[in-house]
Amino acid sequence: MSNRLDFAKLAQLRNTLGFQAGILAAFALLASVLLGLTNYTNEGIIQQRLDEDLKKSLAEVVPAALYDNDMLKDTLNIPSADYNIGAKETTVYIAKKAGKVNAVCFKFTAPDGYSGAINMIMGIDRDGKILGVRVLSHKETPGLGDKIEVSKSNWILNFVGRSLENLSKQQWAVKKDGGEFDQFAGATITPRKSVQAIYRGLQLFKAHQEQLINP
Amino acid sequence: MFLSETYRKIATDGLWNNNIVFGQNLALCPLLAVTGTATNGLGMGLATLAVIIASNGLISAVRHLIPSEIRIPIFVLLIAALVTLVDILMNAWAHELYKVLGLFIALIVTNCALLGRAEAFASKQPVKHALWDGLMMGLGFTLVLVVLGATREISASGTLFANASVLLGESFRFLEITVIPNYKGFLLMALPPGGFIMLAFLIVGKRLIDQKLAQRKVPVTVLSPAIAEEES
Repeated sequence: MSNRLDFAKLAQLRNTLGFQAGILAAFALLASVLLGLTNYTNEGIIQQRLDEDLKKSLAEVVPAALYDNDMLKDTLNIPSADYNIGAKETTVYIAKKAGKVNAVCFKFTAPDGYSGAINMIMGIDRDGKILGVRVLSHKETPGLGDKIEVSKSNWILNFVGRSLENLSKQQWAVKKDGGEFDQFAGATITPRKSVQAIYRGLQLFKAHQEQLINP
Repeated sequence: MFLSETYRKIATDGLWNNNIVFGQNLALCPLLAVTGTATNGLGMGLATLAVIIASNGLISAVRHLIPSEIRIPIFVLLIAALVTLVDILMNAWAHELYKVLGLFIALIVTNCALLGRAEAFASKQPVKHALWDGLMMGLGFTLVLVVLGATREISASGTLFANASVLLGESFRFLEITVIPNYKGFLLMALPPGGFIMLAFLIVGKRLIDQKLAQRKVPVTVLSPAIAEEES
């Protein structure tokens, strides 16, 4: 390397304030350019991966036989601030077959889980019956609260077929509170808050049912 | 491969004597956070390994340019930039892995072991030594993560390397073993206190082995004072 020859000069320069500021600025610039470039070139790919993820989750809660459209492109935004399900506005993915709306699907959140938000996704058919619910992410206690995951227990499958019509308001609760759904040994808050959030999600659907199934 | 004395010293330091966890007691935050299972430990270890090699190499390469007064902000800047790069690239190209480890990648920035190696080693040593040191320190760290993860996983749920196929691909499904069938589970070990307890046992184990070795060996004179470690 040729700059080995300049070490003596470099050593002199190194102690000046201007050099230090310059070097710090140069490194900051280098890091920013590098990060900017990487972000720019990978942004599209990351978005594509996220879309694939979302499609996979949608397919879990809406049976493939019910739709032939691209649900990611068939969406409707509805205001959900009054329902305490996380977002102020909820994007609803519409499942259509031959132009007819068969089901809708949206993400929602139980903001009051035992240790933070529980993010879920739910598919509902046009009559308001649940087709499927899945937990997308949560921070509940491993071994206790994580039985809400379908990979850990079948609990979440109990919601299939339920609706606001075939269960009363009292029944939309865990058994400890007089409702229909099991709690877990050692963990009541997680399933309780999940049930309540699913109930609120159904209410959101009901409030916009006409608009959603007759676009 | 023949290793000169310097390289051998760096290797034994990184893997055992001055191991990030056992020797320096650094990086406990990411360590305890991810070692619930052996698989997570392995993933975190590999991610840290990649970043520590890159940061050691990079910092060693520019060490003559960096005035000592502003070395810390530059080290932090470089490490943070590298971690962010790994984060973006993993999200795009190893998305399944990213979903498992994504939360922990950002934790690497807070891993004081990287800054420690930059300050104590890479900023004073030639690039090849620094790269080798990064590799060995990273491997040593990975080793501890996997051992701690494995012991915690076995005692907490009776399995070993659960979900390894998600992390490493289908061909690694054979790693997934149920060590204790019909195990009722021991929740404490999966929670943070279990991490501390198991770590304490591992450190005791390491000290016992060191004692045994010291008894057996005649004291050796230090052969390469060139690599003076400055960790405290």
